[in-house]
Amino acid sequence: MKVDKLLISKLEKLARLELSGEEREGLTKDLSSILEMVEKLQELDTEGVDPLVYINEEVNILRSDQMDKQLSQKDALKNAPDQDGTFFRVPKVINLKK
Amino acid sequence: MPRYSTLSSIQADLRAGTTSCVALVDHYLQQIEEHQQLNAYVEVFAAEARAKAKVLDDKYQSDASSVGRLFGAVISIKDVLCYEGHGVTAASKILEGFESLFSATAVERLLAEDAIIIGRTNCDEFAMGSTNESSYYGVTKNAADPSKVPGGSSGGSAVAVQADTCLFSLGTDTGGSVRQPAAFCGVIGLKPSYGRVSRYGLLAYGSSFDQIGVFSHSVEDAALCLEIMAGSDEFDASTSTKEVPAYSQMLQFDKKSKIAYLGTALHHPSLDPEVKAQCQACIEKLKAEGHEVEEIDFDLLDYIIPAYYVLTTAEASSNLSRYDGIRYGHRSQQAENLLETYQKSRTEGFGKEVKRRIMLGTFVLSAGYYDAYYSKAQKVRRLIQQKTFEIFESYDYILMPAAPGTAWDLGTQMDDPVAMYLADIFTVQANMVGIPGISLPLGKHSNGLPIGIQFMTNRFKEAKLLAFSNYFVNKIAPIEE
Repeated sequence: MKVDKLLISKLEKLARLELSGEEREGLTKDLSSILEMVEKLQELDTEGVDPLVYINEEVNILRSDQMDKQLSQKDALKNAPDQDGTFFRVPKVINLKK
Repeated sequence: MPRYSTLSSIQADLRAGTTSCVALVDHYLQQIEEHQQLNAYVEVFAAEARAKAKVLDDKYQSDASSVGRLFGAVISIKDVLCYEGHGVTAASKILEGFESLFSATAVERLLAEDAIIIGRTNCDEFAMGSTNESSYYGVTKNAADPSKVPGGSSGGSAVAVQADTCLFSLGTDTGGSVRQPAAFCGVIGLKPSYGRVSRYGLLAYGSSFDQIGVFSHSVEDAALCLEIMAGSDEFDASTSTKEVPAYSQMLQFDKKSKIAYLGTALHHPSLDPEVKAQCQACIEKLKAEGHEVEEIDFDLLDYIIPAYYVLTTAEASSNLSRYDGIRYGHRSQQAENLLETYQKSRTEGFGKEVKRRIMLGTFVLSAGYYDAYYSKAQKVRRLIQQKTFEIFESYDYILMPAAPGTAWDLGTQMDDPVAMYLADIFTVQANMVGIPGISLPLGKHSNGLPIGIQFMTNRFKEAKLLAFSNYFVNKIAPIEE
């Protein structure tokens, strides 16, 4: 698996990260060596093996469909980086100039 | 003040009136102060712990039967566990200043039994690391030798117990993050079965791997702590509804066991020769005591780490997508629009190792690579689980070193991720499969650093594992304090 600039920049977009030039170089090298290590998995024959997704043995633990542990508005806003007492404030989403 | 290694001895002194919760808290606060340079704590709740101690002493004075089972237990919690009204940051800049709105179920249950939480401990950022060096708050140092790492990711908790700054400490274990630092610091580290303890209020890294565990000086304390924390929880549907045995009352052990060790592990090229020799000496001693100890084949060992890093980074990239700077956490001041807010907040807030794992996880989940990497690793995980369960059809326990060597020098591993990841080789199997594991101290290496040995057993057989561990530290390898 070849890790190049194009792949790194695609992953940055998907992961919502913005790396510096130096970080990009480091990551290109790191991802290459990690993926080289991971290549080892291809040696194993997994034909017909079901992927193991859940580790817990029990499925469908149900509960009654009732609201519980609701946060008050004050608590919900408590850790917000920007809020006006009623809402979370975010930077402008719609650019009217376009 | 004596160096207590069990809650029962503390409670005996509390009953005799020779100590008090206030005296205990003062002692531990003084220990924290003396060991400040180790950087084990992110925050110490000094005034609050003292106040709570006073309340508990008064409560005991007025009615000795009114106190909980953890009366006298002064503990610490890893900085990934929520404690209502207190900060929690996963040792990351992205959560600087964040305050928990509720307590983790495990924490809540310990508080309900009158534990006193003295502080939150340092760790690798989002529990990603084996050295504690990726913390936003700087590295924690090993109390046995401050030029060495404490291990990770729960390094602060391990050192907190090692340096006698609390009686026991909660950590979390995704791939060995309790057992490996326990080995590096010479204390006991227990990781329960997946689903034994609720993960509600634990800041997620790899949700199908994460499990809350405990560091202690004694098996009985680990057993009691687990007994109190474990059990179903309506806020975490992956928690098992299986009944929780009274582990602390089931520590008697008089059986002859069948123990397996993996030839591929004990003869692994990465294993330090002295650690190997100590493990072999242990095997001989167990045999001499009448246990059957046999070498078995396990040819999947070298596939565990590659599969683990594919799966945990995938889960991490998904779990950590919630940190976007909108409702909580760090928000960049440089952003002009919404997309930039996400990108810049995350870029400024996350450290190097976290970004590395998010990028890898994003890759293995991306279109075109999902089947070759993510799905493949899930299939390998099933093979590893099946093979491991087969072992327990014939054996009670698996014996394994807890780490390939002793604690390494500060600053030597972070730049080579593959070398760092491969060092988890002996601990990851338990998380891949969902079984419990425990790291027990096995004396010292000639370099003066602690060595750990690990035992695993089948899932939800913690009672059996703890009873054997108690026997082991009493009869086979007594703990040097």
